[in-house]
Amino acid sequence: MNKPSVAVYKFSSCDGCQLSILNLEDELLDLVGVVEIAYFLEARRRTLPGPYDIALVEGSVTTPHEAERIQQIRQNAKVVVALGTCATAGGIQALRNFTKVQDLALAVYQYPEFLHTLEKSTPISEHVKVDMELWGCPVNKYQLLELVQAVLQKRRPNLPTHSVCLDCKRHGAVCVVVSQGVPCLGPGTRTGCGALCPANGRGCYGCFGPAPNVDLQAVSTALRPAERYPGELHQLLRHISGYAPAFRQAADALPGPATPISGGQK
Amino acid sequence: MNQNIEIPGLARVEGEGALYVRLKDGAVSEIELNIYEPPRFFEGFLQGRYFQEVPDITARICGICPVAYQMSSVQALEAAMGLSISPQARALRRLLYCAEYIESHALHIYMLQAPDLVGHESAISLAGEAPELVKKALRLKKTGNELLSAIGGRSVHPVNSCVGGFYRWPDRQSIYNLLPDLRWALQASLETVEWAITLDYPQFEQNYEFVALTHPDEYAIYDGEVLSSSGTHINHTAFEKHYLETHVRHSNALHSHSAAGTTYFVGPLARLNLNFAQLRPIAQQAAQKINLQLPLRNPYMGLLARAVELVEVCDLAIELAEAYQPAGESRISFEPRAGEGCGVSEAPRGLLYHRYIVDEHGMVRFARITPPTAQNFAQMEADLWALAPSAIQLPQEEASLAFEHLLRSYDPCISCATHFLKLKIERS
Repeated sequence: MNKPSVAVYKFSSCDGCQLSILNLEDELLDLVGVVEIAYFLEARRRTLPGPYDIALVEGSVTTPHEAERIQQIRQNAKVVVALGTCATAGGIQALRNFTKVQDLALAVYQYPEFLHTLEKSTPISEHVKVDMELWGCPVNKYQLLELVQAVLQKRRPNLPTHSVCLDCKRHGAVCVVVSQGVPCLGPGTRTGCGALCPANGRGCYGCFGPAPNVDLQAVSTALRPAERYPGELHQLLRHISGYAPAFRQAADALPGPATPISGGQK
Repeated sequence: MNQNIEIPGLARVEGEGALYVRLKDGAVSEIELNIYEPPRFFEGFLQGRYFQEVPDITARICGICPVAYQMSSVQALEAAMGLSISPQARALRRLLYCAEYIESHALHIYMLQAPDLVGHESAISLAGEAPELVKKALRLKKTGNELLSAIGGRSVHPVNSCVGGFYRWPDRQSIYNLLPDLRWALQASLETVEWAITLDYPQFEQNYEFVALTHPDEYAIYDGEVLSSSGTHINHTAFEKHYLETHVRHSNALHSHSAAGTTYFVGPLARLNLNFAQLRPIAQQAAQKINLQLPLRNPYMGLLARAVELVEVCDLAIELAEAYQPAGESRISFEPRAGEGCGVSEAPRGLLYHRYIVDEHGMVRFARITPPTAQNFAQMEADLWALAPSAIQLPQEEASLAFEHLLRSYDPCISCATHFLKLKIERS
């Protein structure tokens, strides 16, 4: 029997989520024993033609070319997985969505008229049907392994959706909001990282995106008094996962920094 | 070769690029290195962010070298606000950087470049023929990643770095627990050097200007002054005056030249050639044992330089881990103030420069980032042309591999060079 085929694609991103596959050092050689890595440019030169059983898509859509390419990938794959916060919410580069991309381009490039870029950085699901999403910046490699196993075994992956806050309670970690009085997005952020930031004595900055069914308005109202500088909570929400609808709406309801500026200064 | 080379997706590089080599009348008429990695505008959206948010944002420029981006940015912001961190925090930053070098160099040596040298398309296929070698590579990489996680919480986009030091001192025992692995990694690195010299590198030597940080007492990685093989030795604050990044109209890409308009080369070869004297004794001995003749002027031999650097960082990591005694505050306390500052460090693939202007609230008003691959780009372009006359004498597939291998040997980090757009070289 042929091994199920997996294709790994990169869109606008830092490469960190596909690196998480190569960071499965203890599992990688077993993994390639049970699946055919048919397309994974960062790891191998050989490519096999589709259609593929699983397409793992890292990154967001930010260029006209990417908007076309994701359509082809969808047509060529049975299961499309959006891998990481860029693919599920537009990623850090979706900060452009709150300003004029032309202003940002002016801040970086002398001749922005040469750029071929879209106004917004958008998640894969805004372009094609996505069968599964795995959040995280970067994704948790063990969650990724679980997801691939689940697809192969034709079952639902076991990917918990509770908030980071609950993980801290489970670990018996000291709450940074209570003990240090700093804002922490843990109550509103999806589990997956292992509550790393509170464990390191700092507030969560939401890189796994919003936890489903959390009242973020209530979370932000409760956290406002802990702000250490004007607009801190707004900035925390408008960050790695800032274009995820729940974070977007919660940030919209909050005042921004005292001295806001948009890109464009040279 | 008698047909054009068309590689729409370069493999085993970080990020997205394409290469086209076109022939006319039996000679190369056009080389197109098409970097289609989309622009992400980091310097644009750093404006208006507070200093506290910067290391978390700049990490996202690159998943393979997030520590480099954190280290250059926190140093630049500390300079801007007139801060000095504690010696313990500096030592821990160096240890964190060692961890990234182990992870990144192990990845590049064994999984990105070596397959070209041993006739495989990937480490995955190589594992069929030499499973022990690939297992060693994976264990080395894992050692780096575990050290990253012990200090920073996770290996990709670690969370513990901040302006002023670290959010928290990592637990002492969790660092000590990695010592046996690090000692194993040092042995594996020494073996890597001896293995690397047995590989058959293509003959290709060029007269490069090498540029790297230099430090009187250390093999410069975390900080230093900027030294060039041309003899120029400048304070890092003068970097922009000497090494300019320009958005060149004809080439449609941001890339760097020295102020004199010449290309230059950053990365492991530059570091090793310029700073051999500062290497730790065990790394120097490893290089001498294989009779490494410096300066190395063959970019394919960047693998050898990486291997020697693996010995350096493993040995240094052992020393720093053994000496790790967290004491006092993990970060200094301060009030933000307006200012301008720059920071440089040596990312695994070369010199990484950041400059920021912050206002009295510590909010970024201006950001400039010059990644290593952007600096190497003009040199890579020149090398492709230099390789062309001999490469086109080869059979088609071998010619294609020769060009690809040359690019891979630079360890280009295309996501880092967020500026890269489309470079089209046309010369007749």
